[in-house]
Amino acid sequence: MTHEYDLAQVWVYLSASPLFGLTMTLLAYGLAYRVYVWGKSNPLLNPVVTAVALLIALLWLTHTPYQAYFEGGQFVHFLLGPATVALALPLYRQFGKLKTLWLAVLIALPVGVAVGGVSAVGIAWLLGADTQTLLSLAPKSVTAPVAMGIAERIGGIPSLTAVLVVTTGIIGAVFGTKLFDVLRIRDDSVRGIAMGVAAHGIGTARAFQVSAEMGAFAGLAMALSAFVASVMLPWLVSWLR
Amino acid sequence: MDSAVSANFLNGITLLLAYQLVGEVSARLLNLPIPGPVIGMLLLFFSLLVRDSLAQVVEPAASALLSHLSLLFVPAGVGVMVHFGRIGEQWLPITAALLVGTLITLALTALVMLGVQRLQRRSAHHDA
Repeated sequence: MTHEYDLAQVWVYLSASPLFGLTMTLLAYGLAYRVYVWGKSNPLLNPVVTAVALLIALLWLTHTPYQAYFEGGQFVHFLLGPATVALALPLYRQFGKLKTLWLAVLIALPVGVAVGGVSAVGIAWLLGADTQTLLSLAPKSVTAPVAMGIAERIGGIPSLTAVLVVTTGIIGAVFGTKLFDVLRIRDDSVRGIAMGVAAHGIGTARAFQVSAEMGAFAGLAMALSAFVASVMLPWLVSWLR
Repeated sequence: MDSAVSANFLNGITLLLAYQLVGEVSARLLNLPIPGPVIGMLLLFFSLLVRDSLAQVVEPAASALLSHLSLLFVPAGVGVMVHFGRIGEQWLPITAALLVGTLITLALTALVMLGVQRLQRRSAHHDA
């Protein structure tokens, strides 16, 4: 009996401490990443999907609410900020190539941002989604912190947007390279730009696994489309209404 | 880890956070619709153009963060459990919008870029 009591005590401590959420996040990702490497980097084994599934199963089994988990998860989540700033480095290293492509990038970016927002909202509207879901879907291709800000401004649900953004990134990471092969798009700079516009940071992470060039262009497109989207999407949505 | 490597990491992460801080403060002071980290990224990019030696300072921290960029999205992804209800009710429009919308966006962005490059090459031929 006392043994059980001790375990319960330990659990009371753990469930109130950020240590549990943080350690589990790193463990789940470590495991998911190993599975990904074992599977010869098959995009279907994307480590974000595996890690998220493992963590949800764990939280469900231990009856831990998301808010309690996020007490620890927030430390990892916070690093998205400095990681976004860090994208300046690969961008700087590819600057020579960017100079030759600036016109194509300048035209493709706003087109991609508009298509990303309008296609998602249009398809969901045709299939009967409610207004709040539609508004939360509009910034789905934009990098998470920016997308949540946009969702808040246009009247969506920021935390739902975060989930839709992550799912979009996973879809881009899983199917992107296959789609480019089918369309015979082989230039890594073009692939990278499309990946960054459509699938933000998760697409960028996948692009870095393909090549440094594709990663740098994806990072660039992600950052620039965050600018374009924060100006363009609220305006597009008000016009759609 | 030897102390030189960890000191380099510390300098790099400090610099990244300082740029993010400047970005966040200027976004608020100037009332910009653009998020702080994105402004920080652009400021760091311009700083690198002016001073190449900064690249060595940020390198250790930047590559550590970027090599496991996927990890940073995990806590937000777990948030899906809060929205299981809404997603369950509207799974068809949400799935279709995400899947089809993302593929259309990937394809069109790439094709527009290729199209512009092709036009540029054609006009370069005309000029020559």
